[in-house]
Amino acid sequence: MSIWSYANPVKFLALSTKVQPFLWVAAAGCVIVGLIWGFFGTPDDFRQGSTVKIIYLHVPSALMAINAWFMMLITSLIWLIRRHHVSALAAKAAAPVGLVMTLIALITGAIWGQPMWGTWWAWDPRLTSFLILFLFYLGYIALWEAIEDPDTAADLTSILCLVGSVFAVLSRYAVQFWNQGLHQGTSIPVATGERSVSDVFWYPLLTSMVGFGLLFLALVLYRTGTEIRLRRAQALRVRAEREL
Amino acid sequence: MIALLMRDLRLAFRAGGGFGLGLAFFLIVTTLVPFSVGPQPALLSTIAAGVLWLGALLACLLSLDRLLALDYEDGTLDLLLTAPLPLEAAVSVKALAHWITTGLPLVLAAPVLGVLLNLPGAGYGWLVISLAIGTPALSVIGTFGAALTVGIKRGGLLLSLLVLPLYVPTLIFGAEAARRGAAGLDPATPLLMLAGITLATIALMPFASAAVLRMGLR
Repeated sequence: MSIWSYANPVKFLALSTKVQPFLWVAAAGCVIVGLIWGFFGTPDDFRQGSTVKIIYLHVPSALMAINAWFMMLITSLIWLIRRHHVSALAAKAAAPVGLVMTLIALITGAIWGQPMWGTWWAWDPRLTSFLILFLFYLGYIALWEAIEDPDTAADLTSILCLVGSVFAVLSRYAVQFWNQGLHQGTSIPVATGERSVSDVFWYPLLTSMVGFGLLFLALVLYRTGTEIRLRRAQALRVRAEREL
Repeated sequence: MIALLMRDLRLAFRAGGGFGLGLAFFLIVTTLVPFSVGPQPALLSTIAAGVLWLGALLACLLSLDRLLALDYEDGTLDLLLTAPLPLEAAVSVKALAHWITTGLPLVLAAPVLGVLLNLPGAGYGWLVISLAIGTPALSVIGTFGAALTVGIKRGGLLLSLLVLPLYVPTLIFGAEAARRGAAGLDPATPLLMLAGITLATIALMPFASAAVLRMGLR
């Protein structure tokens, strides 16, 4: 039983409908527990006060905003190489979710930045590259909407996703060169494993991040299922018209 | 390839509208800038390099939807697709023709418009050099965008939405080089980065554009 057997829409739907209730419950649980724990169960920062708590919303959404694009990149590659329709539809389904995550990260960042940095917005490398990421999502979704033939749309958006990824990385380094940042570095470097965040804050943040990841997964599965059913309805309609 | 290049150039020169329109647009944008930010010479001279880069970029963008759309409508693209010439080469030639008719005039006109915006004396040379290095990348990336939207009706706005984010790195390094040049600093680093982007896009983007064209015309 290889993973590719789920390229069959029927099998994919069967599995995803079976898994989804658990995913929704787990996602909702993690997000609610993580946020409530973070908002009410952790002490205020001695300098930032309670504004620091927006981190439980900001960091997970920013994390998923980037990972959603990675997921689209991988599913686009699978579509281009192996031509599995489910893969292309999953990429299509993930884009609006990623867009919203990017928007949440930008807005929560602005809300936090106003009292802390004294400004809603600064042309800082991280902020700027997130804004550019937002534009990439917009262009990607707009291209999906614009093309009528679904297979051509999947092809073209996949290539756009690949090219866009290269340029997104390029833009990231370009803006870093262009302007020095106001945004602090990460407190949770994955590579070295040396956290500068105390466990009191780390566990609710981790819960919230897991919750956002699960939420993203559940949303993508749900939306992919919708896309598959839409495609099926379309096929049925075409067949019915032909028989008339 | 040369025949295709000459054909594109002749069409651009004789068919009217395409050639020179970009230049006129560039001039108008440059004229409008002092109206919007105010005529103070000091202010204008600090933003001149950036404004000229932005104007050139927008003028480049303006002519992109004509790049492949006309050939798509009269069937030339289908012929190119079946021609012995690889589509990658054809796309590169198209981008080159676009650069000669749009990018090159912009490069040559930029110093003149620099006078209007009170560009500091040291900036002229670097502005021209950075534009000369950067505009080919704009043409090549733009060709990719035009190839993506070629089959779409009313794809003009979509084209801008797709292409402008891809222009970000080029604009950053190009404008930075011109700005540093105008301020009397050493512009070597951004210029080298700009040249790197241009060479990489010239080398790689035709493959993406050709792939997209094949899919779109299938």
